[in-house]
Amino acid sequence: MKKLVALVVVMSFMLVAGFAGAAEAYDVGLAISTLDNPFFVDLADGAEEAAEELGVNLTVVDAGDDAATQMSSVEDLVIQGMDLIAINPVDGDAIVPAIEEADMMNIPVITVDRGAETDVAVHIASDNVEGGRMAAEYMAEMLNNEGRVIELEGIPGTSAARERGEGFNEVMDEIEGIEIIARQPADFNRAQGMSVMEDLLEAHENIDAVFAHNDEMALGAIEAIDAAGLTDEIMVVGFDAIGDALTAIEEGTLAATIAQQPHEMGRLTIEMAVQLLDGEEVDEFVPVPLELITQ
Amino acid sequence: MLQFLDKFKAGIGLLAMVIVMSFLSDRFLTLPNMLNIFRQVSIMGIMAVGMTMVILAQGIDLSVGSILALSGAVTAGMMAGDTSMVLSVLIGLAVGTGLGLFNGLMISKAKLPDFIVTLAMMSIARGLVLVYTGGRPISGFDPAFRTIGGGRVGMVPIPVIIFAVILVIGYLVLNKTTFGRYIYAVGGNQQAARLAGINTDSIKIKVYAISGFLSAVSGVILTSRLNSAQPTAGVAYELDVIAMVVLGGTSLVGGKGTIGGTLIGALIIGVLNNSLNLLGVASFYQEVAKGLVILVAVLLDSLQHRD
Repeated sequence: MKKLVALVVVMSFMLVAGFAGAAEAYDVGLAISTLDNPFFVDLADGAEEAAEELGVNLTVVDAGDDAATQMSSVEDLVIQGMDLIAINPVDGDAIVPAIEEADMMNIPVITVDRGAETDVAVHIASDNVEGGRMAAEYMAEMLNNEGRVIELEGIPGTSAARERGEGFNEVMDEIEGIEIIARQPADFNRAQGMSVMEDLLEAHENIDAVFAHNDEMALGAIEAIDAAGLTDEIMVVGFDAIGDALTAIEEGTLAATIAQQPHEMGRLTIEMAVQLLDGEEVDEFVPVPLELITQ
Repeated sequence: MLQFLDKFKAGIGLLAMVIVMSFLSDRFLTLPNMLNIFRQVSIMGIMAVGMTMVILAQGIDLSVGSILALSGAVTAGMMAGDTSMVLSVLIGLAVGTGLGLFNGLMISKAKLPDFIVTLAMMSIARGLVLVYTGGRPISGFDPAFRTIGGGRVGMVPIPVIIFAVILVIGYLVLNKTTFGRYIYAVGGNQQAARLAGINTDSIKIKVYAISGFLSAVSGVILTSRLNSAQPTAGVAYELDVIAMVVLGGTSLVGGKGTIGGTLIGALIIGVLNNSLNLLGVASFYQEVAKGLVILVAVLLDSLQHRD
């Protein structure tokens, strides 16, 4: 008896869902790593809006940051006969078997924000190189193309550190008046950012600006600069636009940060899905524009 | 007739879900989807067999998810360190069994509450996973390892076969062995069991060791299925596993329940998850739906036994 009652509860949920949408359109599944994080909620919202505009039947599944759950839900999307599956992987390695299952059923896969350790039709992510360039251009302009600059690097070998540094240095190398006087890894970590900056303040004089590969390190550097009483002399630029960084920009301690645009990422995912399903040529990598945030 | 209904109510509930679902989605009642559901429940289902024995013996094991993660990580770490696949798996299984054994010893010999001991183990094992993996997934093994979780015999996925074998062994142990009868006796009335000459400590230690071992088996399968060991694997699995056992009609006060019921309970959770995904129900509602099913099932059970 108890199962029957239980069933009524479940079925009411199922019925609501079952009658929700039945138009003749592309069926696209989107497997999100977690909807507990505002970044990915924005991404899903962007995808849902675009799906509505373009008449796509979008099914969003949430893995709650669990790779096993994500695998099961991608399998369910495959069984459901999706025309295309977009995945924002919890883990680039663990998602590979699920992508292989989609391949077997000839369902194209798009990865979003994070990549997978296998070939997919399209990968959509922020262009970190471009972000590094944007930070450099802003900094050079503020410095009137003249000054002594420090670069705080992220964890060596990570793609974010490599690409952000690449774009930044590409621009700075062209400007004669600007000299990068030190480059030091601080592992994307706030405490590290502070202690590395403390050391660099001891080692160098007349520092004009600091570029950190992420906001955590930038905020750590700001602490060190503040302790040395140099807040008005040294300009700091970060990356990621985390909450604390936006507050620091308002307070004027952080000059600028580069924001990823998750909403745009979600929108592009659906646009690319439709183009791909329409049989159009699509680039394997679609960069998502970044945004410079200043006071 | 009423007695018949009462005995098979979980099965009837499952059947009704399957019938309704087959009308709601034409993808549901297909062989690939059925195999899919069995494969998805096999990992937690294997743990639920161990949990059934623990709960029958009037215990609870909250550490199964963390033991799964640690066993999987150790197996993966060994393999990544060039230990042979077979030896790595055996070491992983030994780790899980050892932690289960430790749970059992603390509960029976040190007379600590099972809830607290296994809660502590949940935290200890999870911490050890993070220490061992440095918080990063471990991957890159012998491709042969993937067959454990990803392979098939004919159309049947290997995890499903392992699950079936463990179900049968679990059934035989509970119904055809002295050990099985003693588990029911200890859960039914520990005092009486002790007076009847049953070594209740030894029974308790064994059921926790079995639970640890089966969690490790699931850990190995999951690691193989994902082709990587995740430091966050198995978080909150203990809750789903306990839900499967309880949905299957096993009483939380011990002594009453069956392996068959646990299989049905596992399938109810599996069909529920799969259906909600097939119907595209938003994940937040899925959590609510699962919680309501468990609540209603336990509520009805408790009303039935109140007078």
